[in-house]
Amino acid sequence: MRPNTSTIWMVAQREFIDQFRDWRIVVPMFVLVTLFPFIADDTTRQAVNFMNRFGGSLILDHLIPFVVLVIGFFPLSFTLVVALESFVGEKERGTIEPLLSSPIEDRHMYLGKLLVGITTPLVFSYASIGIYLILVSHRNVQFPSPYMLTLILLLTFAHAVLMVSSAIVISVQATTIRAANLLASFVVVPVAFLLQGETVLIFWGNEDVLWFAIVGVTLLATLLVRLGLSHFRREYLLGREIDTINFKWIGRTFLNRFKGQATSVVEWYRTELPLTLRQLRQPLMIVVGLTVIAGIASYMWVITNVPAYIDLTPERIDQFKTFIADNLTNLDSLGEQLPAPVLFYHNARTTVAFLLLGLVSFGTLGLTLFVGNIALVGGVLGAAHLVGYSPLLAFAAGILPHGIFELSAIILATAAMLKVAAQLVTPQPDKSLGETLLLSLADWCRIFVGIVLPFLAIAAVIEIYVTPLLIKLVFPYL
Amino acid sequence: MIETNDLSKQFNNDFWAVDGVTLNVQPGKILALLGQNGAGKTTTVRMLTALLRPSRGWARVAGFDVTQKPQEIRANVGVLTEQHGLYMRMTGDEYLEFFGKVYGLDPQARKRRSDYLLQYFGLAEAAQRRCGEYSKGMKQKLALARALMHDPAVLLLDEPTSAMDPESSRLVRDEIARLRSSQRTIIICTHNLAEAEALADSIAIIYRGRILLNGTLDELKRVVLGPVEYEAKFAQDFDAGELDLPQGVTLASRSADSLRFRVEAPQAANPTLVHALASRNAPLISFQEVPRKLEQVYLKTMADAQGVAYAA
Repeated sequence: MRPNTSTIWMVAQREFIDQFRDWRIVVPMFVLVTLFPFIADDTTRQAVNFMNRFGGSLILDHLIPFVVLVIGFFPLSFTLVVALESFVGEKERGTIEPLLSSPIEDRHMYLGKLLVGITTPLVFSYASIGIYLILVSHRNVQFPSPYMLTLILLLTFAHAVLMVSSAIVISVQATTIRAANLLASFVVVPVAFLLQGETVLIFWGNEDVLWFAIVGVTLLATLLVRLGLSHFRREYLLGREIDTINFKWIGRTFLNRFKGQATSVVEWYRTELPLTLRQLRQPLMIVVGLTVIAGIASYMWVITNVPAYIDLTPERIDQFKTFIADNLTNLDSLGEQLPAPVLFYHNARTTVAFLLLGLVSFGTLGLTLFVGNIALVGGVLGAAHLVGYSPLLAFAAGILPHGIFELSAIILATAAMLKVAAQLVTPQPDKSLGETLLLSLADWCRIFVGIVLPFLAIAAVIEIYVTPLLIKLVFPYL
Repeated sequence: MIETNDLSKQFNNDFWAVDGVTLNVQPGKILALLGQNGAGKTTTVRMLTALLRPSRGWARVAGFDVTQKPQEIRANVGVLTEQHGLYMRMTGDEYLEFFGKVYGLDPQARKRRSDYLLQYFGLAEAAQRRCGEYSKGMKQKLALARALMHDPAVLLLDEPTSAMDPESSRLVRDEIARLRSSQRTIIICTHNLAEAEALADSIAIIYRGRILLNGTLDELKRVVLGPVEYEAKFAQDFDAGELDLPQGVTLASRSADSLRFRVEAPQAANPTLVHALASRNAPLISFQEVPRKLEQVYLKTMADAQGVAYAA
């Protein structure tokens, strides 16, 4: 066999030939790539004139980096079609089978197509940005620093990898080009939202914050590439001619996994649930580790940094204490204002939200939300410390009683979500992506139904009816 | 060599596209796989090229197990797929060059094979033209050239002569015959029964994923259509009366100037039969086997499988 890189290049080279001999691809790309910078340049001119007349230096200072980011995004979105049809297009034209019958390894074929998918839009993106920068350099506006430009070019690269890797996953999974194009909105729309978030970061003015976006998008893109490589199989491309949803099979597969070998609920709790829990050992260690780190880090950050922002004089602390006492006067009637079932529903919904966010981001967003919640707890305890309450007593009376159940449930649900995400990006030789997802979700449901829901129910009752009593007992002056 | 045992493929966990296929094709032999559209021919071929993983059973191609050594199988098998699968914006030359690279041929070997195949299939003049400009037959020939580019030990050909003119078909058949004589193992999936009859050493008929019949053409004829029939033709009307027929011979039909016999063992029975006719002074002008075509075998097998009457 040929060396790996040359095989990847061989696949890519053929795709390049095919692509650049098709005037239907080349001409629109060329026209759009050269047209956009001129339109953007004119828009910049008008925006600058407008802001010079009415003020708005904050916008003016960051206008060019923003337009560069947008200019880079346009070619990515319309050249996405190349990646979208990389596999499904070949399948529809009947050219995929000779290629699949050849000794090219799956990953080389995948990476070859990924290379073309990324290179083409990126070249057009950078060309478009280049033209715009040349045009705008003649205008009397603040030109972005080389550092800022580097950040935006890196961000554009991360966007390209993210969009193309998603498009190729779609191309492998879809059975028709039409379906792939329809699914493309699931790539373009979220990236457009992401772009808006990044725009906020640009206008915020702190360039270094853009690194978070670059790292985040690159991480997500890497996970998508891994997902694509893990689940790319020749059989999957040829095994299905039309998209059919076999509800009977879906239901049967899910239930079989959920029930396992158990014949009764007791047996399920005794044999099946421990089996799933054992498989959660690794993600559980990660989540517990993050809980400790996030809690302590947030606590430490609050007690060390907040005094620098707020002058904590004794009068100010008294004001805070009065504020807290005023807000906790209704502890006796908490159950009437916030019934336990409502709290239970809220917490259960949050764990489902962790899962959903985790599913679309391979665990990263779900985990971020979880860490944010834990950091909030650490921050509250840090604030308690700053106003003179014992953080340990506050934790023991205000969090621990219901937290034993609530935190355990949320930690378990997050670990189960992480496991689902890990399963998705792990090669499963005998399973399709759909089957892997289905089985992973069944495992998650085992934990959710078997432990999380009962624990959250107990926690809600304790939080409403027991925790307020303990707080009043420990802090009688509240 | 190709060997399969109980080879089966299930799709969507409920539909068996191929169910228990057992085949054995030796080097230097051609097997024709016949069957209706959707009978399971393409799925069988895809399993043999390690494109689909068998749900049950096993297959060995060119000495490699399809599930254990898929890469080795792909390197040793030449496949002509149902659709020609050409890249329309590449020239014929570039196309063969690309697949030569894919199969790991060095530049000299690529050039040699490409030149030979383009020349053989009459595509040398069109080598610099894009595949999109080729006629249907030219595309099919180029696809076949691609399958032969790496000179594989095993060939799996799906409709090798479809869309070709008679001259081109002949050219392809000759090449397939030449490959057989150079000890290649070949499976042809075809609806062209005359082609199968002309080329195949053995024939397998597949129906709804199952092999209904598998054997040489003579074996299939005997199994499906019964013993061989011989016709004695007379110069004028002849009343044979009650003939004393040798063992294993029965009278199938008679007309004024001919008799048809069903003969179990022609080598033993025919001399006696001819002698019996001659001893009755029959004005015999010919005594020959009644030709029976693969088409009859195929149509009768299909009619039996579907439970409908076979109209001969």
